[in-house]
Amino acid sequence: MPGKRDRKEQMKAAALYPLDWLEERSGLVGGIKYFLFRKVPGDSGWWHTLGSATLTAFLVQLGTGVILAFYYKPDPNSAYQSVQHITNDVTLGWLVRGMHRWGASVFIILIFFHMARVFLFGAYKYPRELNWIVGALLVPLALLEGFSGYLLPYDQTAYWATVVGININGTAPFLGPFLASFLRGGSEIGPETLARFYSIHMLLLPGAILGLIGLHLYLVVRLGVSSPPWSKEAAGRERDEPPAVPGSGLVNPSPRGVTKRPD
Amino acid sequence: MEPQQGQGKPHLPPPSLWPIGFAIGIVCILVGLIVSWPAAAVGAVVTLVFGFLWVRDVTGGYRRRDVVPVPAAGGPESGTEGAPAPPAATGEAGMPGPEPGERFPRSVFLEGATLGLGSVIAGIVTVPIVGFSIAPVFQHVHHDEIDLGPITNFKEGQFVVTTFLRDPSEGEISRRTAYIRNNGFIDKLPSFTVLSNRCAHLGCPVQPNGPMFEKQKIQETTKTGDVTLIPALPAGGFGCPCHGGQYDQEGNRTAGPPVRALDRYEFYIRNGRLAVGRTYSVSHVDGAGASAKIHKYKETGPGEHVDGPEQWFYPLQPPT
Repeated sequence: MPGKRDRKEQMKAAALYPLDWLEERSGLVGGIKYFLFRKVPGDSGWWHTLGSATLTAFLVQLGTGVILAFYYKPDPNSAYQSVQHITNDVTLGWLVRGMHRWGASVFIILIFFHMARVFLFGAYKYPRELNWIVGALLVPLALLEGFSGYLLPYDQTAYWATVVGININGTAPFLGPFLASFLRGGSEIGPETLARFYSIHMLLLPGAILGLIGLHLYLVVRLGVSSPPWSKEAAGRERDEPPAVPGSGLVNPSPRGVTKRPD
Repeated sequence: MEPQQGQGKPHLPPPSLWPIGFAIGIVCILVGLIVSWPAAAVGAVVTLVFGFLWVRDVTGGYRRRDVVPVPAAGGPESGTEGAPAPPAATGEAGMPGPEPGERFPRSVFLEGATLGLGSVIAGIVTVPIVGFSIAPVFQHVHHDEIDLGPITNFKEGQFVVTTFLRDPSEGEISRRTAYIRNNGFIDKLPSFTVLSNRCAHLGCPVQPNGPMFEKQKIQETTKTGDVTLIPALPAGGFGCPCHGGQYDQEGNRTAGPPVRALDRYEFYIRNGRLAVGRTYSVSHVDGAGASAKIHKYKETGPGEHVDGPEQWFYPLQPPT
């Protein structure tokens, strides 16, 4: 029945039209396809999901953090009460706060699992050294997120843990006292301290982390995923068959020909 | 480009043992900083030697390549007279090449102007932002004298746990605690020991090792806010709950991680009332009570040495 097929074609075209419209004007669809449908080594497995798991944990922190900021008041006189309000009064506030609080630990733990995987697989080696460096910059930023977030509930634990943490920074040689003074926003812990920790926690560090994650992912896409060390295709071993791209030692030469070098 | 490039072979740096020696040297420095200066010096030497050898090893390929004779200037590439401009590898292909005598073409001027103006604008924007964010570090804070009430509230020879507002305008968050003991008179002048409760390790609040007599609590409302006074008997001195630092009744460190004695407040007697002012740091105290000799230093953050060679790590202090 030609009429029915025509209508099917029409429906399909109508459904695809917005995507085509978007693709023609932005190239986004192709970009997303390029990002998502990459070639990976055949023997990559669950170990290779730790990076995505870390990213997911960070996105959870981002989402729950934004919602917590709806209710949180970064002022010494009301910070503690606002956290109690979130926990006890706001619908599902206990859950969101719990996700943010425990998710912080999950994020840090996953980072180190991911780091261990990359280290033990030797995935930091050429040409991925730069990505290791970017990751190594992300680690202290994540730890600083933990440190700055710890003050925000403004209970006794938070307060004294931050006193100790700032004073540990203060004992660093030469510039330590100035660093401690910067973190306190003066010579004493006070309202300025809470305000700047809040700003650092929810603006400065997340921005820096997002930027570096973008760079991290860009390099992953550009360089491809490394094979596990037990792989027959692992970089650095003799291969039975000729490499996919002549002149390239990489298992997954990127489509942009990053590995093409003058011979 | 790398010195050697195999067909279809991945680049692998030559195995080198120098980094291991380098790392051992670093560890030696760090341990030496804590344990002994000579060990740190040995570590520094080891680090420098192995670092030098490592760099030499790594850059060996480049240096060897430099020895290869380079074709003399005016070689095959620039040999032909009146050759066309180099291939359009740069974005200026569409523009006519610079005149032979022109040393400063317009495109270069525009590029420089854009970069120069851009950096000037960036600087103008950045300076106030950075200054704004780090200004508090360099600001002097004026502390008014804090009135603690009549000195008759302080019985001679007894410690009184005193809490007060350091900065009444900031409210309860500035509540501080001092352990105050009336030492009687010295040359007809009243003498007080006013210990800060901030631990000299990392700033936790030290507690009296002994009973506090809550029933004898006195509440005073002075012009600088509410003051509470609780007599105490810190027979065992003072102890920090965080990491176990211990002090005697003069604030001298007796055990644990603190690097010096407890800080003290300057005190004043105004019309028969006790007032406290700025804090100062103390390395140690000789003697006790009214005749104590206090080794006084400028106020310093917790965990920072004020005497001994370690003070050299903290040559500058932000104003307080």
